[in-house]
Amino acid sequence: MGQDTDAIFATCLALGDDALVLGHRLSQWSSTAPTLEEDIALSNLGLDMIGQARLFYQLGATIEGKGRDEDKLAYFRDASAFRNLLLMELPNGDFAVTMARHLAVAAFLEPYYRALAASPHQGLAEIAAKAVREMTYHVRHAGEWIIRLGDGTQESRRRMIAGLDAIWPYTGELFAMDEAERSLAAAGIVPDRATIRPQWNETIARVLAEATLDMPEPAAQRAGGRQGHHTEHLAPMLADMQSLARAHPEATW
Amino acid sequence: MPDTPTPLWEVFIRNRTGLPHRHCGSVHAHDAEMALQAARDVYTRRGESVSIWVVPSSAITASDPGDKEALFEPTASKIYRHPTFYEIPDEVGHM
Repeated sequence: MGQDTDAIFATCLALGDDALVLGHRLSQWSSTAPTLEEDIALSNLGLDMIGQARLFYQLGATIEGKGRDEDKLAYFRDASAFRNLLLMELPNGDFAVTMARHLAVAAFLEPYYRALAASPHQGLAEIAAKAVREMTYHVRHAGEWIIRLGDGTQESRRRMIAGLDAIWPYTGELFAMDEAERSLAAAGIVPDRATIRPQWNETIARVLAEATLDMPEPAAQRAGGRQGHHTEHLAPMLADMQSLARAHPEATW
Repeated sequence: MPDTPTPLWEVFIRNRTGLPHRHCGSVHAHDAEMALQAARDVYTRRGESVSIWVVPSSAITASDPGDKEALFEPTASKIYRHPTFYEIPDEVGHM
């Protein structure tokens, strides 16, 4: 593979892992969400993310050309081979933590995919164009909940503030780029993550203002997911997610 | 958001432009905006829906089941209100 091909495969893996890990976290709410309506809503959000992961893995597998398919990429790599951001793998916490994380991610991915949809790389652009519509709804869904929880009862407000504080140290990694991604950004193939920051700030600020909440205090930032340095939470999550596929390799429906 | 029982909303979905909205169920939500989102998530997962209405269930006035006979029985004897009551002459063909 050439240098560019390597970098595009790495991008597919990174974006795919982000989507899959967050999608699996959302699926863990199935049957335990606060209401039946929200149970279905969280499953919908999760399925959107898992659908995006599949597309990125399929494209990545084709580019890599080593005979791996989407299932191999999802189910037969260990935690150290995953390239997702730490934010995605954090445990769900309570509903407020889940909504805080989801707004942080969706407020980034919506403008990021919008920019990626203009990429000269047709495969990436097509996935992004489909995914951006999904993320528009995700921003709205998480945003509306945060507004109501922040501007709700004393207890919901306390939990919403705690939820935002819990995820805040992991939001900086959304904007971090390694050398390969920087070279792709310089070539105009993927968006420069720094250019997404103003819109991300604006979305977060708008939602928090409506929720009558302050922006969280700047916190020391954690990173390392893109290099495979994960929190202790990823491996157990993957063990659970991958157990069926590993117990029955090559099984079909 | 008040700390009270979550209100119930009736959901009406239009599946294609030109067809009327149809009642398809209900959702719990604290306000109209959240009711719309819940309706979207619960009732439009498989469809080509183009529009959603939500209405507070409390806004609906329903007939009393006990009035069933008084309200609906009298029409049972008025079979001439059904088109099938009338014989169509052969010359008319298909209508």
